[in-house]
Amino acid sequence: MSSGWVRMAAARDHAIRYGFIVLLFGLIAYFAVAADGFVSPQSAVFIFQSVAITGVLALGVTATLVVGGFDLSIGSVATSAMMAAAYVMVVLEQNAVVAVVACLAIGVIVGLINGWLIVYMRVPDLLATLGMMFLLVGLQRIPTEGRSIATGMTMPDGSVANGTFGAGFLALGRHRFDFFIPNLIPVSVVVLLVLAVLIWFFLEYTRFGRMMYAVGSNERAAELAGAPVKAYKIWAYVISGVFASIGGILLAARLGRGDIASGNNLLLDAVAAALIGYAVLGAAKPNAFGTAVGAVFVGVLLQGLTMMNAPYYTQDFIKGLVLVVALVFTFALSGRGKR
Amino acid sequence: MGNNAVFRVHGLRKSFGHIEVLGGVSLDLHAGEVTVLMGANGAGKSTLVKIISGVYERGGGTMSLAGNDFAPQDFALQDFAPNTPAEAIRAGVVTVHQNINDGVVADLDVATNLTLDRLSGSGAPVLFNPGRVRREAKAVADRMGLAIDLRARISDLSLADRQMVAIARAMAHQPKVLILDEPTSSLSSAEADRLFALLDRLREHGVAILYISHRMSDIRRLADRIVSMRDGVISGVFDRKPLDYEGAVNAMLGRKIHLDRIVARNSARPVLTIDGLRIAQGARPISLTLGDGEVVAITGLVGVGKTALAETLFGVRKPLSGTMMLSGKPYAPGSTGEAIAAGVFLVAKDRGENGIVGDFNIQENISLPFHRRMSRLGVLKRRIERATARRQIQELGIVCRSEKDEMSALSGGNQQKVMVARWISQAAKLFILDEPFQGVDISARRDIAAKLRASANGRATLLFVTELDEALETADRILVMSEQTIVGEHRNADIDLERLLAEVAGGPLHSAA
Repeated sequence: MSSGWVRMAAARDHAIRYGFIVLLFGLIAYFAVAADGFVSPQSAVFIFQSVAITGVLALGVTATLVVGGFDLSIGSVATSAMMAAAYVMVVLEQNAVVAVVACLAIGVIVGLINGWLIVYMRVPDLLATLGMMFLLVGLQRIPTEGRSIATGMTMPDGSVANGTFGAGFLALGRHRFDFFIPNLIPVSVVVLLVLAVLIWFFLEYTRFGRMMYAVGSNERAAELAGAPVKAYKIWAYVISGVFASIGGILLAARLGRGDIASGNNLLLDAVAAALIGYAVLGAAKPNAFGTAVGAVFVGVLLQGLTMMNAPYYTQDFIKGLVLVVALVFTFALSGRGKR
Repeated sequence: MGNNAVFRVHGLRKSFGHIEVLGGVSLDLHAGEVTVLMGANGAGKSTLVKIISGVYERGGGTMSLAGNDFAPQDFALQDFAPNTPAEAIRAGVVTVHQNINDGVVADLDVATNLTLDRLSGSGAPVLFNPGRVRREAKAVADRMGLAIDLRARISDLSLADRQMVAIARAMAHQPKVLILDEPTSSLSSAEADRLFALLDRLREHGVAILYISHRMSDIRRLADRIVSMRDGVISGVFDRKPLDYEGAVNAMLGRKIHLDRIVARNSARPVLTIDGLRIAQGARPISLTLGDGEVVAITGLVGVGKTALAETLFGVRKPLSGTMMLSGKPYAPGSTGEAIAAGVFLVAKDRGENGIVGDFNIQENISLPFHRRMSRLGVLKRRIERATARRQIQELGIVCRSEKDEMSALSGGNQQKVMVARWISQAAKLFILDEPFQGVDISARRDIAAKLRASANGRATLLFVTELDEALETADRILVMSEQTIVGEHRNADIDLERLLAEVAGGPLHSAA
């Protein structure tokens, strides 16, 4: 009897630890059988590409989750950065480096403002970043009076914008490296991998990352242990803003224009990836590896559904469902969800 | 006496798990009398109040409340056993809890708050009639002599006004028994005076009041009777005029002097010198010197400024005036980080709130303040972290399977040992511990005290404790705090306990030593 209980508890532990990884492989196996052409280089490229941008955003939001916060503005930071990149290159006719610097600056500034609102103005994190999201969605439309930005477009004052996206900039989104198969790995995936390793190392192995977790778990204790808690929180939002702006750069480079209508799903996908990450390997806390797995999970799911010709409107529903299941995994089953 | 008790508790028991919190409490409350209940943290006051007010179920014993037709010779008291706070209120026992905001709804106006119970009770009208609400509220306010704009929002009121509203709201039920749990803990003295005037009026109306407080000035002002509680039982009842305040404090703190007394040491080399430090508006300045190798305990009742002084030394708050010198250099920490860098460490009180990082295991909790010293180029050296944790686990005798255990798996005493280990793992100049024995079993308490004394050389150690026993067991020197300042000093050898207790009770006969 008692050994039976122990075995059941152990089985449950295993289910919690490996549940989502198993589910991911199960999903891949299912789509491989059910969806024609799912196992193909083109399909892999597509998954990689969609994973890259949401993944970068998700890693950023993970930093804010670690300090016990949340960042709803990431999607709009990314689209603002995309519009800014297009504006700088097409309208202002500057080169790719200036565009990238402008985007990163937007990320830093938005992060600082978010952090300031939350830490010094005491606005609750969800509300501060929600407000910032609305603000940015509006702001990014002002320079062009709501139009998308592309080479040859007519500006509000009647002039024609003649600038172009630099080749180097476009390569960020379109070039692919050979990896066993020619033209398999997009640059954006390399960017994702580098950022993922960086943030993983930062959170797990540096004293700054450790203290961010302490701040998220017990802010008062962290402060009484000598940590500059306010600075850590603001930094988390700056990391989130910068990562989101990098996502925006990759998006602009892939599209080759400043598309006012794109990027609608970025927020949901990225947040889903980060929250699914809680459940990976039973971490029950925000973590970089889990977030990366979560992003792949979301990417595979979307690509598989697309290839099975699931209507677009069912995709959000299924994503939401997966998210809810992942949250149940984390908070109810593991019994460690103390957040 | 005794026969005219409005409310009577007899042999009340309560246990949580196998821990007995109340071990047979008997208590009478009389009409038109303020009974003050005193007791240190963990004495069982809150549990008693929660049983009376219907939050907890009693474990044993009886409670009785006089019927409406109150007659002095009537022994047939009704049994009283509320299952919910609402039942207790309906029966005539009303409690105003310590947290003022529990008693009022901050976003509503005064009138609505005063009539809230009638609005939400069963049989309340479905439609909200602002005019009627205001009329009823005005009646309540007039009866209480409450001079507050009824249309003001609670969140715009001062704490004292909110408190008044909470009490007035409670009084709208015309209770026979009113319980106030540390009502002045966040009030200024002028605000407290208004509260006292209100309580005087209620006393004249024949309400039996149970008043829980640590503030001696409140107690002197209000008490008709003092009941002291200790370790879950009533340890003293004082009702003969003039009231024996020192006896009450004594009964509350207990004086079970252990004879394994320590050998008090003297220190020659000063580590910390405090000069003219004022930690609160209107408080007298504090001056003291702590020496190398010395363990000094500061004792005093709750709310006399012990934590404020600890936090001032640790850079959490700034003093109003005065200077500090640490090892001969000026010391004025602007943050906890600066204090730690200067070698001043604090084991904060209430470890669950201020100490333990719940998501971290033992090892990570121990290393928390010293990441910088345990890392190179920002990368944590986990080998050093683990070795430090293992050494501390062994030296303090922390009972666990390994340094990777979750904190929640440890007992209270072992959790506290981890909190001490966190700071004792590195050399300090000044080591401060605020209520380090709170929620700690005897054996862990002995272990921690022994470790503090054994490792005392090379630093000054300063403890803040409410319980006198804890000071007597650990310190070379005992300072007494009252009203935000130091009022007495004793070497822990041949202590004049009468004088010490008088200082704790803040008697007017004794000035600073």
